[in-house]
Amino acid sequence: MKTAVIVFPGSNCDQDMYYAIKDGLGEEVEYVWHAETSLDGFDAVMIPGGFSYGDYLRSGAIARFAGIMPAVIEAAKAGKPVLGVCNGFQILLEAGLLPGAMLKNKHLKFICETVHLKTENNETLFTSLYKKDEIIRIPIAHGEGNYYCDDETLQGLRDNHQIVFTYDGENPNGSRADIAGIINKAGNVLGMMPHPERAADALLGSDDGLRLFQSILNHWRESAHAAYTS
Amino acid sequence: MKKVKVFITLKESVLDPQGQAVMQSLHNMDYQNVKDVRIGKYIELEMEDSADVAEQVDAICDKLLANTVIENYRYEIEEEVHS
Repeated sequence: MKTAVIVFPGSNCDQDMYYAIKDGLGEEVEYVWHAETSLDGFDAVMIPGGFSYGDYLRSGAIARFAGIMPAVIEAAKAGKPVLGVCNGFQILLEAGLLPGAMLKNKHLKFICETVHLKTENNETLFTSLYKKDEIIRIPIAHGEGNYYCDDETLQGLRDNHQIVFTYDGENPNGSRADIAGIINKAGNVLGMMPHPERAADALLGSDDGLRLFQSILNHWRESAHAAYTS
Repeated sequence: MKKVKVFITLKESVLDPQGQAVMQSLHNMDYQNVKDVRIGKYIELEMEDSADVAEQVDAICDKLLANTVIENYRYEIEEEVHS
């Protein structure tokens, strides 16, 4: 599996993402600069955390129009796994690949701590190695992770099982329905505020995030096998 | 040339934590009669004259300047006066 890690000016979790895939997963990974226009040859796309374009205007708003974004949207439409973490989630929202928007944290503080997440949906290509309702420990680090959507959108997310992770216990940022991560209807685009790449090795305090990347790899192997045998 | 003044505000249904913090501060300063504070953005654009300036500004706001999931916008287009 060959994975692209998109790098914007101001990305700061790109290296963590790179090493989670290279060392944690043991798979091929390359950085792709935001000004590139093609993702040909990549099997999965990661949009890492950080402060792309200094969060000017709104988090993710300017990155959404970067040269690489049409290729990211194309990859998403083609059914390739696309994962946006933190600022990456904000970019996916701005790009309309996921519904809703981000507001400033309810208490206005930038929060950097390890939180408990509940795996609401383990039937996605990103979460197949977790148990249903499993509680995992993953760090968050954001000032704008207060997920917002209107009632109709929230109902749609619930009806389609698109809420993948929620905060267990105290909601750190005031997000609607305790949402920490959501997936698109097609099931191949996941956005989440917590950082699985920062929890991909027990040395980092938790390796609960590694199974997310292993789930993607399993899915890729299964679909490659299915394509080979059909 | 045209000067375009764009005002972006959070939708009524969206809680504004910044506004709430400012209101709390105003109450601490004894301005108890302040009943709500909403913080928005003000953006100025200078644009060359063209027949479809308003149409362009709508598109600019919809695509980039505002996130219409959480924000509303309005704008004023003025003739730029050069002294």
